[in-house]
Order: sequence, then structure tokens, then C-alpha cells
Amino acid sequence: MLSIKDLTVNVNDKKILKGINLEIKAGEIHAIMGPNGSGKSTLSHILSGKSGYEVTGGSATYQGKDLLAMPPEIRAREGVFLAFQYPVEIPGVSNVYLLKAALNAVRKYNGDDEVDAMDFLTLVKAKVKALEMDEKFLYRAVNEGFSGGEKKRNEILQMAILEPKLCILDETDSGLDIDALKIVADGVNSLRSPDRAFIMVTHYQRLLDYIKPDFVHVLAHGQIIKSGGPELALELEEKGYGWLEEGQVTA
Amino acid sequence: MSTVLNPYLAAYPALSAVLPGQSLAWLQDIRAEACARFASHGFPTPREEDWRYSNVSALDKKNFAPVLAAATPVIDAEWLRQYQLADAWSLVLVDGHFCAALSQLHGLPATVQVVGMAEALQEADERLASYFGTAVNSAEHGFIAFNNACFTDGVFVHIPAQVVLDKPIQCLHIVTQEGALATTRNLLVLGDQAAAQWVETFVGTAVGYLSVAVTEAVVGQNASLTAYKVQCESEQAYHFGGLYIKQARDARCNHHNFAFGGLLARSDIHTDLAQAAECELNGLYLGGKRQHIDNHTRINHNQPYGISRETYKGVLADRARGVFQGRVVVAENAQKTDSTMNNRNLLLSADAEADTKPQLEIYADDVKCGHGVTVGQLDEKSVFYLQSRCIDEETARNMLTFAFANEMVDKVKVKALHELVLAQVLARFPQQGINQDWL
Repeated sequence: MLSIKDLTVNVNDKKILKGINLEIKAGEIHAIMGPNGSGKSTLSHILSGKSGYEVTGGSATYQGKDLLAMPPEIRAREGVFLAFQYPVEIPGVSNVYLLKAALNAVRKYNGDDEVDAMDFLTLVKAKVKALEMDEKFLYRAVNEGFSGGEKKRNEILQMAILEPKLCILDETDSGLDIDALKIVADGVNSLRSPDRAFIMVTHYQRLLDYIKPDFVHVLAHGQIIKSGGPELALELEEKGYGWLEEGQVTA
Repeated sequence: MSTVLNPYLAAYPALSAVLPGQSLAWLQDIRAEACARFASHGFPTPREEDWRYSNVSALDKKNFAPVLAAATPVIDAEWLRQYQLADAWSLVLVDGHFCAALSQLHGLPATVQVVGMAEALQEADERLASYFGTAVNSAEHGFIAFNNACFTDGVFVHIPAQVVLDKPIQCLHIVTQEGALATTRNLLVLGDQAAAQWVETFVGTAVGYLSVAVTEAVVGQNASLTAYKVQCESEQAYHFGGLYIKQARDARCNHHNFAFGGLLARSDIHTDLAQAAECELNGLYLGGKRQHIDNHTRINHNQPYGISRETYKGVLADRARGVFQGRVVVAENAQKTDSTMNNRNLLLSADAEADTKPQLEIYADDVKCGHGVTVGQLDEKSVFYLQSRCIDEETARNMLTFAFANEMVDKVKVKALHELVLAQVLARFPQQGINQDWL
């Protein structure tokens, strides 16, 4: 589904990603862990098309297409979804408006008709219920005045409505208490499917207790320094990142 | 001083002969004093601090003429329906004169007085004498003096103590004659613990004219007033509209100011707060082409425990210029005052301009006062957020521009008025990608 080869990225002439290689197949869940400042968020941003990053080398191929050449909305319509670390507040636009606008943009792109208003509401209300959100959220402005947990749940709601193929969760667990984390994890788990892949960028191992990854990669200083199975996350939890980074320096 | 007689003064003798309230000595005194003040000072000039961003000197050359007597107006019913609220008591002022035929006052509680100002003056309503001029100071600036001297009609509303009105009262100003001068004066009195919603709407079927409207609102103890101003004057119109509020102890007042129309439009919203009175002033101004839209607010915290909240937003396109001057004065004994002021401006073109000037004058030492001001473009983080949700960049920008304004529209709780304001906002924005049915 996604193939990243030797990807190097600069921000303001500073090298942030220094040659990332990653192969992600449909159905897989990849966790990308690493200390602060390792380039985790840069990787999420570059995949979803945020401006301000300069690709200096390498490639990212998504379903056979050059992902990096597409504008952000086309990536989204092609099925790439970024759940933001810091979801943006948009006063004046209701949640339900955004959901409808987003879903219809995808449908139009795929040559489908706009969703019927009644069908849409039924769909949305079912998803809202599954995420244990209050229906009133739908009519509130996007993320405005939401708590941290509500914002993250709202991201998962959007994901559930848009049914993307590649979901990138950027620090979705940070700032969540354990109850909110469980709800978010349940939401993500319910979306697991053989045609869908996940990239979970996280600083904490705790998320992986609730969403079981197939692969764990450690990102440090702009490079993936170690990859493994779920057991790697446990090791990181126990030992921290220090031993790997030191290993990197002396290797 | 100019040796050429100001055209409005030259026309005054003919006008003053037909003005209402000829038999009322107190009013004649106010008129005479105001006329003398206008004769010596004229309209405000940018030399006055409160007018430094707005130059109204064009008015002396335009020579707009007062409409001396009410005529039967020819107004398309369909057009009128856009502006006249369905579920409200409404008074219509046409070219500065109350028009009973277009007004709708059925079902008003018998104790509530809603009447044309000229008629109330004719009947020498004693309450007028006691309240008129108590919330506004004629020396404030030239337009107030001008209004005192020249007003031809308006509305007098008296809501007795304890009365709570369930429908809004609308004052709809319409100017139909090209080159007309419409000078109107409203007085709104709410007794203790009364509650009312007041809507003022300004429109024109003529293109170029001058509207000078002053409203005084005297709000009793623990009373509650929600007031709206929707200014949709015609493209070449000049507008001066002032609302002067006096809030007694514990009184609450919310004002929503929508400034959309006119070539040069200025609003003054002033309120005086007694002990523990609260006010919320919201505003939205939209300017395009060469519009100049000026909003001047003043909140006087005269006594302790007052609360004021102020949010004004502007969207300026083309060569439009928006002005916001917000002044908050906290008197020495107004301890525990809690006040915030916010003004945000969105510039859609390189030629648009926003002048913003918050002024806090604090003479008390135990208060909480804050203010914030921004002038800028759309937030790129928000644009990207929407793009990442499948929405193309142009639509995202239109949505965010609309949303910026819509935040203020959504504060309107009267359904029919919300629709009116929303329609006005949408008509003034690039609508590409905005689906009105979903709003």
C-alpha cells in the first residue's frame, strides 16, 4: 500500500528525516515510536501533505502513485487520513457540516452521488454512539472548546465516516486519560480491516496495549534505527530509548 | 470657520418649522442648543480623536435634503419581506417618518407602549420629557447635535417593570428617496426587571442618501435587553447610527452589531454600567469595494462589579477599510470590574485596510481587564486541516472566511433574524463550495 524509500526531508534547511525506508501492506498496523524531536511528526506531516517541508530525496509511493506529488486534499480523497496530534479548532463551522463536506468531496472524487441527508444522519449518529460521544457534538463548532479527549475522539469519528485506506495516527494517545484512550482504541480497532493499514506515531508504549501493532519501528535522529514485532515496544517501555540511541552512535 | 453656510444649516429654518414637538419647551430648548452646537462645530472631523480614521467631509458637499412630510411609500411587498421580521412587532420608518401602514403592532400587551416618536411628542407623553437625552450627550460629537436638532420621527418604546416580551420589537429604517436625509430618534425604556429584544434594521431602495439615527436605551434595575443592529444600507449611502445605553444596577444588555452596507458607515455603541451590570457587545463588519466601515464602542464601568465582554470581527476585501475603536473606561470606584475586549480582522486583499484601536482607561486598582487585537489572513493550519479532510484549497478558504464571520451570526438567537443576517453574509462572500442547505 505504501512504500517509502530513502526519504530525506528538510525543514528550514535543517535535515529532519535522513533516509526513511518503510513498507506497509494492507491490513498491517505499524507503530512508529521514538523520543521527542526524532522526526515522528514530520513523517506524519510529510505523508499527509502539510506545507513547510522540503523533500530533498527519496520517494513515497501510495497504491502505485507518487504520494508526494499530490495536493493534500487529493491524498485525503485517495484514502490517506491523518488524525492530528493537535486537532484544529474551527469556530463557525459545525462538526456535521465538515463531516458532510468531507464525505461528499470523497464521493464526488470517486464519481458517486452526494450522500442522502437522512442516510448521512443515520450513519453519523451510529458512529457517534459507538464513540460514546454526545450527539450535541455534531452541532458544535469543529473542536471548539472540546477537551483533549473530545478532540481526539472527534478525529476518530471523522476517520470512521471517511473510511480511509491508510490511517496515520499522530500521537493520538497523548493527553488522553485511560478511559478516553480505551474509547479511542476501540474506535480504531473497529476500523481494522484487511484492506486498511495504520501508522501509529506515538511516544508512549501504553497505546500499544490497546491497539496491537504488527510492527514496531524506532525513529531517532531522523532514521529508523530498529524494527521489530510488538515485543520491541515492551522492551522500549522497560529500558527507554537511551540504549538504542547509544547503540546507534557506537555502531 | 468656513464662511459658506453649511447646506444643512441653510435648510434648517424650513425643516424646523415642520419638526414634531413644537409645543414642547424642553424639546425646543434641546433643539436650539443642538442647532447652535452644530452651527459652531459642524460634523466631526478627523482632528477629533474618536474620528481620526473617518473623514465625513463629503457630507457638506452632498447636501442631502430632509423629507419634510410623510408620503405614502411605494415599497415592493416581496422586497420588504426580506427585512421585516415575520414573528415580531415591527415599526417601519420610511424616509425618516413613521409609517403605520407598514408597521405591525398587533397583540402587544396593553401596558407596553410602542409608538411613533412624532405621535408621542404630539401627545406630550410625560415620560419622554423625563428620559429623552438622559443616555446621550449632545456635546459628544456633531452627529448627535445634528440628530437632536433635526430628527423628524422615530420610535418610542416603553416597557413597564416586570414585563417580559416574548417577541422582538423591530424598528425597520427604509430610505426610498434618492438624495434624502433621514434623521430619526428612538427612545427605549425598560422598567425594572423587564426583558425585551430590540432589532434595528437599516435598508434603502434608493442608492445614495444619508441616514442619521440615534437610539437611546434606558434599562432599569435587573432588566434585560438584547439588541440587534443590522445595517444593510445601499451602496452609495452614508450612515451614522448611534446606540446609547444606560444600564441600571444588575441590568444586562447584549448587543449584536452587523455592519454590512453603505459607502461610509459609522456605528457608535456606548453603554454606561451601574453596579454589577453586565454587557456583551458583539460586532461583525464586512467591507468590500471602497466601503469604509467604522465601529466605535465605549463601555463605561461607573460602579463596582460590572462585567463587560466585547468581540468585534471584521472581514475586509478589495479596497475596503474597516475601523474598530473600542474604549473601556473603568472609574476609580468601579472595583472588581471584569472586562475583556477582542477585535479580529481578516484582510482578503492587499489593498484592504483595518485600523484597530483598543483603549483601556483604568482608574480602579482591583480589576480584571484584558484586550486582544489581530489583523491578518486566514490561518494556514486551518486550511491544511480542511484539506486533509478532502476539501480543496479554494473551498477551504471560502469556508474559513465564511466561518470567521458565521461565528458572530450564530450568536443571533432570533430565528427569523438569524436567517436574515445569514442571507446578508452569504450574499457578500464568495460562495463557491459553501453549501447553504447544510448550515
